[in-house]
Amino acid sequence: MQVQLRIRRFNPEKDEKPWWGEYTLDNVNPNDSVLDLLHRVKWEIDGTLTLRRSCAHGVCGSDAMRINGANALACKTLVARLIKEGATQARIQVEPILGLPVVKDLVVDMEPFFEHYKSVKPYFINNSPPPENGRERLQSPEDRARYDDTTKCILCAACTTSCPSFWADGRYVGPAAIVQAHRFIFDSRDEGYAERLKVVGDTFGVWRCRTVFNCTNACPREIEVTKAIAEVKRALTTGKV
Amino acid sequence: MSSIKTHTFDAVIVGAGGAGLMAALYASKGAKVAVLSKLYPTRSHTGAAQGGISAALGNLEEDRWEWHAYDTVKGSDYLADQDAVDILCQEAIETVIELEHMGLPFDRLPNGKISQRRFGGHTNNETGKPVMRACHAADRTGHMILQTLYQQCIKNEVTFFDEFHVVDLIRVDNTVRGVIAIEIATGEFHIFHSKAVLFATGGWGRCWEVTSNAHSLTGDGAVVCLRRGIPLEDMEFFQFHPTGIYKLGILITEGVRGEGGVLLNDKGERFMERYAPTIKDLASRDVVSRAIYLEIKAGRGIGGKNYVHLDVTPETVNKYLAEAGETRRIDRAYIEAKLPDIADFTRTYLGVDPVKEPMPVQPTAHYAMGGIPTNVDGCVVIDANNTVLPGLYAAGEVACVSVHGANRLGTNSLVDLVVFGRRAGRHMAEYCQGADLLPLPEGAADEVVAEFERIRNNKGGVKPYELRKRMQHTMTENVGVFRTEETLSTALTELRELRQAYQDVEIDDKGKRFNTDLLEAWELGCLLEIAEVTAVSALARKESRGGHARDDFPKRNDEEWLKHTLCHKEGDSYRLDYKPVVIGRYQPKERVY
Ligand SMILES: Cc1cc2nc3c(=O)[nH]c(=O)nc-3n(C[C@H](O)[C@H](O)[C@H](O)COP(=O)(O)OP(=O)(O)OC[C@H]3O[C@@H](n4cnc5c(N)ncnc54)[C@H](O)[C@@H]3O)c2cc1C
Ligand code: SF4
Ligand code: FES
Repeated sequence: MQVQLRIRRFNPEKDEKPWWGEYTLDNVNPNDSVLDLLHRVKWEIDGTLTLRRSCAHGVCGSDAMRINGANALACKTLVARLIKEGATQARIQVEPILGLPVVKDLVVDMEPFFEHYKSVKPYFINNSPPPENGRERLQSPEDRARYDDTTKCILCAACTTSCPSFWADGRYVGPAAIVQAHRFIFDSRDEGYAERLKVVGDTFGVWRCRTVFNCTNACPREIEVTKAIAEVKRALTTGKV
Repeated sequence: MSSIKTHTFDAVIVGAGGAGLMAALYASKGAKVAVLSKLYPTRSHTGAAQGGISAALGNLEEDRWEWHAYDTVKGSDYLADQDAVDILCQEAIETVIELEHMGLPFDRLPNGKISQRRFGGHTNNETGKPVMRACHAADRTGHMILQTLYQQCIKNEVTFFDEFHVVDLIRVDNTVRGVIAIEIATGEFHIFHSKAVLFATGGWGRCWEVTSNAHSLTGDGAVVCLRRGIPLEDMEFFQFHPTGIYKLGILITEGVRGEGGVLLNDKGERFMERYAPTIKDLASRDVVSRAIYLEIKAGRGIGGKNYVHLDVTPETVNKYLAEAGETRRIDRAYIEAKLPDIADFTRTYLGVDPVKEPMPVQPTAHYAMGGIPTNVDGCVVIDANNTVLPGLYAAGEVACVSVHGANRLGTNSLVDLVVFGRRAGRHMAEYCQGADLLPLPEGAADEVVAEFERIRNNKGGVKPYELRKRMQHTMTENVGVFRTEETLSTALTELRELRQAYQDVEIDDKGKRFNTDLLEAWELGCLLEIAEVTAVSALARKESRGGHARDDFPKRNDEEWLKHTLCHKEGDSYRLDYKPVVIGRYQPKERVY
């Protein structure tokens, strides 16, 4: 099939403002991913097209983009999912994720995103000595299950950059950071919940969430992001984990 | 080049996967450390590892690290250094516990201990039966290791230079003085002046057409060292996993065949019956990969293409179960319960429901057993006498300790990363305390800056993509799952042509900022070089051992070949040299499973 690929382009060394690049690709297989199409443009047509990618199968979090208006990983989005079955032609539009400064083409500055991430103390805090026998701390399978969903996060930023509250005010820590906080707050071995709740309970924490569910829809790991945020909100209100 | 920004640290770590991060945690306890990574640390390919990390914890049944060691040596086809293997398996236990103490969310047993499961090649040495040794966190053990180590680095305020692409090592005689890196966002060169340097840059599966490896795995660290006079060890040994998703290379676990799935060719024949009459589809990885390759070569790939079918539909599985006189039958619910991740991958990428249709698979280039030679403290050794180059370190997949020899056992790479990453980090901190910061040589960056300017401004008209495609094709055809003198010579001829053609590579992006066109072209140079080293090493080794299967020399030959290959770059050519294998408790014997 044939795909008309429309890509939002911007090279700060050349362009005064962003523009749309139009590329016609023939012999596209519906099972090709959007990343495959972008690679074809970059390798065969225009080497200046710039994007991040690495694993190519949805586990590294490099290539979150706005594809036909919705955030997704380019490598996990197949053409087949964007077209009507049997279509021989399609238009696909790709833009950088919103709310973070564009560095070049589809590459955005991830630093603000990682700063929010780091602000929630995304690491295990336990100052009690580990078991004397030199072995693992124990945790029941039920306790382990409580934070299983939020351990899947690959920090792709698809959720945070689909959130209207984050677009409105970039100081909001955003869903991804809250997902990370959740992963530790609900870990029975962790002792840092008081410190973390302080951060996520702050003016730019969970209360900015308006339960729009964009984040949950955007998450390529199918994490129930909005639910995780709700659980953190509840922990704040009830003081109980 | 006085305009180049210079940073000074005690130690520089190149790479932020499992090995680099573990080394960083330990090195930063005693030295001022910078971690440079071309990717954001959490994008590293360690995050793709699924199966598990082995350690003889014995949480479910009796296990001993000595058994783990024997399994590893046997798996290596006796090419692993047994002193290193002992350390790997002994320290695996405390290191896995340490990861748990860092917060790693392992799956748990009802009694609260870390859950363990069976994995290929890991056995109870007394009964010969599989033992539950692989510690895991769902099907994303590598992801959890990468996340946990990165989290700990944040906690311990390790200094990161994210998206800094290292392109050269500063070596003066037998000392190292630092590295040269490009800051990707700005395109500026930076010099990192240091007493010690550690490479943890991962593998190079991208030499082949189909691979389970990330686009970023282009062998940079190995090649940077090679170009600065460090030999590469055992490069002919590269593991091909038999069942990668067609074209994409994404892994499909052996578990599919364990559940009764079968491999079928274009005629619908269960061809493994011909290659391994007794255990058929469950033969070892190298045997199955070779069989698939031969079917494809004989034109029996599906529709004449280069893949076969892996069929786990209940209809097919039950037919063969009945034929074999077994009473067991499977259904949809069973597959959904046993193989949920595989089902997700094939549904996402192929629109194939494995319950209803066969999955297209082909062997996928998976893991580099060879690499930068090191001793058990991660110190790089540069000759057959294991002479240390002070201050230079390597760990993880890019290193060759050697604990994997000619064939790596599943789950043993993750162990390798954390055990030897930790040892290297520790040793490096001590080294830095006793070492002086030696001055930078005049014009340290000149050579590599000139090479980048050459690539940027070159007008030869050759597209990097075309060369990469040709390299990957010849590596797959000729330096793949099985080789002969003829195929290897063909590959070498073509690779030399490609090296010539590389001089005419022309890129589109002449700018500075985030110039991935330029960096990819440079990475292609690394891949071409690694490919050639692999072919040169493989051509010389006239035997079959582990991942190196020579059709013209089908047997292992301990008398002549129980030794490690060292490949040195000298000018434009390569020189081979060999060093003895460290044998310990286990004398080489025939490898039967
Ligand atoms: C799909 C898959 C599944 C696997 N499953 C398992 C398993 O279950 N168990 C197991 O034991 N093993 C498994 N393996 C193998 C194992 O995951 C890898 O061998 C291991 O993760 C490699 O880790 P590393 O730290 O050496 O390198 P990587 O994690 O690959 O990291 C390399 C790092 O180097 C950096 N880098 C590279 N080049 C440069 C440069 N020029 N400048 C700066 N930085 C650079 C990158 O940015 C990255 O941070 C699997 C492998 C794959 C592909
Ligand atoms: S929660 Fe999901 S969408 Fe958000 S960063 Fe993590 S993986 Fe990406
Ligand atoms: S390239 Fe890794 S998630 Fe898409």
